[in-house]
Amino acid sequence: MDPVAAAMATNRYGLGARPGELAGIASDPRGALHAQLAGGPPLLSGQGLVDGATALARAESLRESLRAAKRGGQADAGTAFMKVGQYYRPLFVAEARARLQCAADCERPFVERLVHFWANHFAVSVDKALVLGLAGPHEREAIRPHVLGRFADLLRASTQHPAMLMYLDNAQSIGPGSRAARFARSGVGLNENLAREILELHTLGVDGGYAQADVTEFARVLTGWSIGGGRGRLRGGEPGHYFFREALHEPGARQLLGRRYRDDGEAQGLAVLDDLARSPATARHLATKLARHFAGDVPPPALIERLAQAYLAHDGELLPVYRALVDAPEYWAQPLPKYKTPFEYVASAYRALAVPLPEGQRALAPLELLGQRTWSPGSPAGWPDRAADWDGPSALLKRLEWADQLGQRLGAQRDAAGLAQEVLGGALSAHTQEAIAHADSGAQALTLLLGSPEFLRR
Amino acid sequence: MKRPGHRTTRRDFLLGAGALLPASLLATRLALAGSASAGSAGGDGRFVFILMRGALDGLAAVPPVGDPDHARLRGPMAVAGTRLDDTFALHPAMRFLADRYAARELLLVHAVATPYRERSHFDGQDLLETGATTPHALQTGWLNRALSARGAAGASAAASAAGATGATGVALGANVPLVMRGPAEVSSWSPSRLASLREETLQRLADLYAGDATLAARLADALASDAVAAQALGDESMTGMPAPAGAARGDAGDMESGKATGKPGHAALGETLRAAAGFLREPQGARVAVLETTGWDTHANEGGSEGALAQRLGALDGALGEFRAAMGAAWDRTAVLMATEFGRTAAGNGTRGTDHGTGAAAFLVGGAVAGGRVLADWPGLAPGALYQGRDLQPTRDLRALLKGVLHDHLQVSDRSLDADVFPGSAAVRREQGLLRG
Repeated sequence: MDPVAAAMATNRYGLGARPGELAGIASDPRGALHAQLAGGPPLLSGQGLVDGATALARAESLRESLRAAKRGGQADAGTAFMKVGQYYRPLFVAEARARLQCAADCERPFVERLVHFWANHFAVSVDKALVLGLAGPHEREAIRPHVLGRFADLLRASTQHPAMLMYLDNAQSIGPGSRAARFARSGVGLNENLAREILELHTLGVDGGYAQADVTEFARVLTGWSIGGGRGRLRGGEPGHYFFREALHEPGARQLLGRRYRDDGEAQGLAVLDDLARSPATARHLATKLARHFAGDVPPPALIERLAQAYLAHDGELLPVYRALVDAPEYWAQPLPKYKTPFEYVASAYRALAVPLPEGQRALAPLELLGQRTWSPGSPAGWPDRAADWDGPSALLKRLEWADQLGQRLGAQRDAAGLAQEVLGGALSAHTQEAIAHADSGAQALTLLLGSPEFLRR
Repeated sequence: MKRPGHRTTRRDFLLGAGALLPASLLATRLALAGSASAGSAGGDGRFVFILMRGALDGLAAVPPVGDPDHARLRGPMAVAGTRLDDTFALHPAMRFLADRYAARELLLVHAVATPYRERSHFDGQDLLETGATTPHALQTGWLNRALSARGAAGASAAASAAGATGATGVALGANVPLVMRGPAEVSSWSPSRLASLREETLQRLADLYAGDATLAARLADALASDAVAAQALGDESMTGMPAPAGAARGDAGDMESGKATGKPGHAALGETLRAAAGFLREPQGARVAVLETTGWDTHANEGGSEGALAQRLGALDGALGEFRAAMGAAWDRTAVLMATEFGRTAAGNGTRGTDHGTGAAAFLVGGAVAGGRVLADWPGLAPGALYQGRDLQPTRDLRALLKGVLHDHLQVSDRSLDADVFPGSAAVRREQGLLRG
């Protein structure tokens, strides 16, 4: 039995312990993590969850009917925006709530953490209102099926998901030499947003050895990667689904990152993505981010190297990388090196207290109050991943105020001292134990548990 | 929901019963009082740095309408604004700033850039915040190091001020952005919609963190900021919200509020800047505040004189107007600097927006600013004049502007500026005459 390792397994690799969870894995904490990886892809479905293509097609038809109404002088442009927002908002709430519910309940929290990690790696941010109803589907349809598979599949699925094509503006990027450009008014052409962020954020990393010329060339490669069911230039294809538009695609062979890619339509872009996924720079970039996320803000270089090697040795298979993460001796040396993000904090509180989530949108209020509304990092770089990004004074006070609210509500019905043992186990300090034991009320005891240094970190 | 009878709990806790906190903690962090040293250090300037994350389109915000290539490059996106001089105009959505320009309180700087010449937001912001010349070379921000330099210089004068050289800087958000991180004690503040903690519980938490220096400092900082903010604004505006605590707001403005990112969104900018005024205008208040804004990354459907960017600029402009009103007489001692990581392409792209560029525009506004002019060595927008054939060529170093403000307004010495605040920047001469003499 190793109570410290069990606490680390559930906190560092998981989402915090539910009562009983620590006891269940104490005999073999590492084995329990490996076992989580052994199952199938962590798919998520449920009531109110609509697939991305259906949601997008519906939103587009709303926009279209409003455009028609406007042509007839019946509505203004702002109304169209509002209608789509009204359609998307409940979808967003259902998706974000299902995600939090899953985090609070799930039996494979390590795998769930990996879902969150990759969704954040391929971040789409709903502060761009166009993707409000699509961020959830992006995670469920592009991320979850491939989290335990190959990075190349993850990369392709995310890049081709309408959420990403819209978020990073590729859906309407047009090759200057394409058929569509010849018949279009002036001013249509390339948008290099997606091409740049794939290189910088999703694959090679900012120091991965590419130049502006590579960005522009890659943007030409990606022209035509679009979405079906639009109007005019964007006619054709299944509404709401990824669709390659030959007419928008820049013809010709392309030269980027030292390689030549022949004129091959959609396959040209797929070939570039595959090469990017195989690059040692990509391996190092992904290894660094994974190590920082699970091991600590400043991960040991030797560990990064081992993860990168595992990635390259298995042609981008992710399971060997995760196994190397679990087996890394560095991970088990220091108990709680990371400051929880607001999402991790809220999820771990719900797991510890085993209370049902509030109904509807109310369930999401804590995430917003604590500064991490779901799928809203505000930038394609995703949420930051170091303590200094989250542990500001005002941020701490808000956590404590929220913890106190839970304490007031539930403290009288809970034995905080016993619960502390149940959820922190071997990581619980004598100092915290004593503080909880001497609290002046059940409410205060619970507030102290949720506000303790051990509970704020993972 | 505030509990009646607990309205001033936190302030009382800090200023009265707060003596129960470990004394060393409280002394350094009653914080915002440390700035009593300000007067004796010479000058009483207040400084606000507004980070515009996402690369603001300077050619739209301050359009070079007199440049013969402007209309050609921008086509229907070309902005026609309030004429400032022969070359430049100000975006028409920025009406408050146009008035400030007329009152000679707004200085614009154009074709300006940090030393960064690539096009990654995240590396660009790193340089904008650290003041270094390569990304990720420093873990602290130039504004924090400037505060440290002031603190060191004014230490003896400040000694009489209760020994406090602590936080004279505050981040207006839940967390402290990189530009404000570093050795100098700083705090963060953002409005809370939750009920305050009981005094007894705060004390227990402070005890619980006795062995954890980071958490102990964060808690004490937060409470000190709240106390000052509460004192300045009154409890109602700090925490009084009509909705029950924990209830989500369902209004349409929610999605744009930016609460999501932990940074004030445009809808909340006015509220946040009024709070900043609360910190800054009091004699014992903070000297320096920093505020993050997002949403400037206009790759598609940017608009021109009207449209998406116009709305954001208008919201920021309105918030600045509220800030000036809230500052009252202290506005005359104030300088607000707004800067972004880099500019955007000179021409529009294929999706009615602009891609990442190089040369940018910066704003310096306030009663203390010697404004009414545009500082620019305008390189022009002719094809041969563009950086790499696509971007506005930078002709000024943003650090010269920052150094000028820090020197004249916050009395940071040239030695500190050249060596510590912007390491290795001795060759970058600080801009002179930015402030009213």
